[in-house]
Amino acid sequence: MTLTFRMRHHFPAIDMDMGFETPSSGVTMLFGPSGCGKTTIINAAAGLFRPDECHISIDGKVLGDTKTGIWLPPERRRVGLVFQDARLFPHMSIETNLRFGMRRTEPGSIRFDEVVDLLGIRHLLARRPKTLSGGERQRVAIGRGLLAQPHLLLMDEPLASLDAPRKAEILPFLTRLKTALKLPIVYVTHSPDELSQLGDSVVLLEKGRVVACGSVPDVAGRADLPLGQRDDAGAVLVCRVAEHDGDSALTRLEGGGVTLWVPNQDAEIGAACRVRIPAREVILARRSPEAISLHNIVPGTVRRMTDGPRRQSVLVEIALPDGVLLSRVTPDAISRLALEPGSAVLALIKSTSIEVLGATTPG
Amino acid sequence: MNLTAEEWTAVRLTLIVAARAVGFGLPLAVITAWVLVRHRFPGRSLLNAFVHLPLVLPPVVTGWLLLILFGIRGPIGSLLYDYLGIRLVFTTAGASLACAVMTFPVMVRSIRLSLEAADMGLEQAARTLGAGRLDRLFNITLPLASPGILVGAVVAYATCLGEFGAVITFAANIPGQTQTLPLAIYAALQVPGGEAKAAELSMVSLTLALIGLLLSEWLGKRLNVALGR
Repeated sequence: MTLTFRMRHHFPAIDMDMGFETPSSGVTMLFGPSGCGKTTIINAAAGLFRPDECHISIDGKVLGDTKTGIWLPPERRRVGLVFQDARLFPHMSIETNLRFGMRRTEPGSIRFDEVVDLLGIRHLLARRPKTLSGGERQRVAIGRGLLAQPHLLLMDEPLASLDAPRKAEILPFLTRLKTALKLPIVYVTHSPDELSQLGDSVVLLEKGRVVACGSVPDVAGRADLPLGQRDDAGAVLVCRVAEHDGDSALTRLEGGGVTLWVPNQDAEIGAACRVRIPAREVILARRSPEAISLHNIVPGTVRRMTDGPRRQSVLVEIALPDGVLLSRVTPDAISRLALEPGSAVLALIKSTSIEVLGATTPG
Repeated sequence: MNLTAEEWTAVRLTLIVAARAVGFGLPLAVITAWVLVRHRFPGRSLLNAFVHLPLVLPPVVTGWLLLILFGIRGPIGSLLYDYLGIRLVFTTAGASLACAVMTFPVMVRSIRLSLEAADMGLEQAARTLGAGRLDRLFNITLPLASPGILVGAVVAYATCLGEFGAVITFAANIPGQTQTLPLAIYAALQVPGGEAKAAELSMVSLTLALIGLLLSEWLGKRLNVALGR
């Protein structure tokens, strides 16, 4: 089950040539700087923009193919699109907005009440879009897209126009949505937070080309990609909640083939979660230090090292049994520890610097 | 004001003629405006110029052109008369036609402006939600353009009340049939001592025009509120 996308188009300012295949389940993130082609991909997939050459199909169903001349218009694609600016119909109530796509398609598995409750918008149904806050509008837009019973949901930076508190308000809804509905989602973003919290796989874009494509933990953990050049570079590990220790107020997570202790999490034993470990928070050592406040000393092997911007730092990729960590250290540290690819190292991580995503902390 | 029965007839006739002119002209104006805004085709500029012609031509010339086209022996008029038995020249219907032609540019312009201001993004959103072309037109585009359409209709109606040159040329000045308010005022001024009568009718005309303008303003505001803007 895959989503196949290939397109080529000549714009006056840029030539775009992008192709990727991604599992048609879960969330695929399109990630890259503005102008890299993210929105072009979304518009082509929705049918709003027709590239010079393209092939777009979901699970073998062709939506557009210039070779065979197939081009389904947007209204017949069953591809939902959530715009950055919501685009609710101002002359209709919220309920009429929500039912707009629903009334134009045959009944499907996505139920009105379920969506309304999932997005927490029941109290808004009788109101007009004008009276809603930005976050509320975006939630309604997501619901409206879902209720059209799409085979694929596209989201074009749905949180970009919102301030940080509003973003934090919507992210949990999106995480819930992802698990509650079995629907492939393609999500455009340039926020690493959204990438590591929501994404299952990621297509990394730059200047109209695909730089890398793969699962979020794999791509986020590569030191040689543009993601690693950012100040906020960090590895993502998929974990399972293994134990709550009441005495130490810590929770034990198992993931990437290693054990991590983090501050107590409000999640059931066995629950899946993700952690993001910023590269700048990971200290490297050759021998295990003694008498230290640290809870996490993780053994691994250096796999790759790349120079950071202006050669002031080195990004070290550390292979774990079933995952990867990133650490940003100074060139001096590299020479003092005599690190090279293949060296065995210990990664020292403060439990408080591990960002646990998708599980909520009590209090 | 103490208007005679004949004068009341002129007032009533004016209102009816204007209503018919707008009633028939408006749907056509909406279609024309939509075509001009949303479609690129050869001859688009020509259509645009043609639509606006009555605005710049002397009304007498418009009336005369209508006579040539819609007269009983004219290319269109003869067809209407021979096959449908409809005679436009020198009739109430003819006065409405002249008014409709004269106010057509006013309506098209107003509707065009509101269509051009319409957010294409909303139509795109409707498309991704499964709405086809006509569906979008009737459920998104036209409702959102309705303030412009209604204001255009009211202004056109008010303009119809004062239409003179084209009406008198094409439909003549027949009391009870084609003699609208401005024609009645003109007729009154032709008679010695008719100034008082002309002044009375002019007051009626002024009042109607003022009501029309105020109504269009109020309607525009109300509709924008109703549309959630």
